[in-house]
Amino acid sequence: MPAGLFHESYRNDERIFQTWFVRAWLMAFLIACVLFPVVGSKYMVSIMTEVGIAIIACHGLNILTGFTGQISLGHAAFLGVGAYTCSILIEQGVPFIIVLPLAGAMTALVGMIFGIPSLRLRGLYLAIATIAAQFIIEFTIRRWDSLTGGVEGMFVEPGTIGPFHFDNRVHLYYLTLILAVAATVVIKNIVRARSGRAFVAVRDRYLAAEVIGVHVFKYRLMSFAVSSFFAGIAGALLAQYLEVITHESFTIHQSIDYLAMCIIGGLGHVLGGIYGVGFWFILERILELVTTNLNTAFPDHITWFVSIKEIVFGCVIVLFLIFEPDGLAARWRTIRAYWKLWPFSY
Amino acid sequence: MENEFLFFMQFLLSGLSMGSIYALVALGFVLIYKATSILNLAQGEFLMVGAYVCLSITLDLGLNFLASFMLTMVFSVILGLAVERLVLRPLIGEPIISVIMVTLGLTYILRGLVIMIWGNDIRQFNIFPEQPVDFWGVKLTYLYLYSMGISLVLLTVFALFFKYARAGIFMRAVADHQTAAQSMGISVKRVFAMSWCIAAVVSSIGGILVGNIAGVGVDLSYIGLKVLPAVILGGLDSILGAIIGGLIVGVLEFLSAGYLDPYIPAINEVFPFIVLVLVLMIKPYGLFGIEEIERV
Repeated sequence: MPAGLFHESYRNDERIFQTWFVRAWLMAFLIACVLFPVVGSKYMVSIMTEVGIAIIACHGLNILTGFTGQISLGHAAFLGVGAYTCSILIEQGVPFIIVLPLAGAMTALVGMIFGIPSLRLRGLYLAIATIAAQFIIEFTIRRWDSLTGGVEGMFVEPGTIGPFHFDNRVHLYYLTLILAVAATVVIKNIVRARSGRAFVAVRDRYLAAEVIGVHVFKYRLMSFAVSSFFAGIAGALLAQYLEVITHESFTIHQSIDYLAMCIIGGLGHVLGGIYGVGFWFILERILELVTTNLNTAFPDHITWFVSIKEIVFGCVIVLFLIFEPDGLAARWRTIRAYWKLWPFSY
Repeated sequence: MENEFLFFMQFLLSGLSMGSIYALVALGFVLIYKATSILNLAQGEFLMVGAYVCLSITLDLGLNFLASFMLTMVFSVILGLAVERLVLRPLIGEPIISVIMVTLGLTYILRGLVIMIWGNDIRQFNIFPEQPVDFWGVKLTYLYLYSMGISLVLLTVFALFFKYARAGIFMRAVADHQTAAQSMGISVKRVFAMSWCIAAVVSSIGGILVGNIAGVGVDLSYIGLKVLPAVILGGLDSILGAIIGGLIVGVLEFLSAGYLDPYIPAINEVFPFIVLVLVLMIKPYGLFGIEEIERV
């Protein structure tokens, strides 16, 4: 029975996965993810792809809002920038392997432009600035007909990398899986490194951070760039997934949803994005199941059941904020700490 | 020349009347922010709910407009109280993100409830006469005139309320310094509740007015976000600022529709937000807001 974790070298102390137990579970999880398309139905693979995309997006938002403390209500618009960049570049005949990082870079650039107000603004005011960013980007997408196809949106040509064609759902699933894992690794390492500590310092007490030599504006802008880069990648994947993109996929509602997922999962926890997205999609599936059953049982009240979803999600957000503001990650940690030494907890 | 001037006046006056509605809704924002430091992003949903309640009392129950207007006010007071007590009070002292997010969660709940009860269709009031009134060539509908009139009356009432009424002075005191106000025997909790009530009431009046102009639908809630530029322009914690900001944003919206539309179609949808970004970059605390000065 483990009585605690003792490190005998710094190398050991700095490992991400410190015990063989954790490593074994992680391997099992990854193998399960890789084998999933063999077992799961086409529909489930498609849902899991969506989950992966949302995880990448939430990781980005978590860097910005969770670690650096800059509230963003325009994340979906940044996904939109990535999605449209991807689809426009593919149309121009740029190979997909280059399109993907370019979509990220383009979005990072746009994100940095809208991050400039963070030079002077914090908290509430910055949140309002990101709402403005959301509306301005959405408007540009909707009205720049010659570039984005305007209200009708645009078809996305499927990308190809070598033998993989991403109109094939399974191939797209693997691409998303690889990128989601990579995103998680990157975010974990950013947080461990100097820049991550600087982000947290800026979030917790930016004056003190400035005094000890953290360039506050630089790191705020950097977190906007990193976060938007993630959003751009997620947007490019989303474009591949949706096949037709319109401005309606990137509204302020989506932005709020991403923020809600991050809060439910736990802002400022590396795994927060994953927990939150998992919770959100599982709840969505359950509600869909319930409402379709109720719809067939009581066809007269269809509008009722449509709105149930929105009400439930609203209640979930409110209840989480009141009762578990640190999200599932914190809850998981307390549960684990309780059981770790059970029944001899002292 | 004559025509140019009429064209300008037409957009200016339409803008002013829309702006006076914005000013009302902005007043709701500012009241809550001043007293409780909460930015209520569910303001738009309060507005929508108010409009729906008034509409369904008028059209479905068949009461006359004035009576349903009064009933709506009662309903808004209850809504404001309930929201403050159940949702916001547990979050006193939590970080900004929680408070912003909880009001966003509230928008989901309220919108869901509205769709559940009233469905998705846009409905019309059809109370005010349609034909426009002619002021030396400038045409305004009765609706716009009434909206401007009602808003101006209300804004005056609130200005007097904050200047002379006991409750109004309490609210200003709490906004100024919470602890000092409490030690003078003012119930801070009651003031919080009161500011939510007033905010709910003014936004549902705004909702009824906008609902008369544009029809009552779920999209009405976007007014809540459209008012943000007005609030920021005036300064988040200034009542005078909310009024002037509302008027300016209304005028800017209509003038941009009039003059910039040929170059960038429908620019008026987003023009206030461009102004918002500029204001935030140049003068983040608005025209009349109190600057936060920090010392180490």
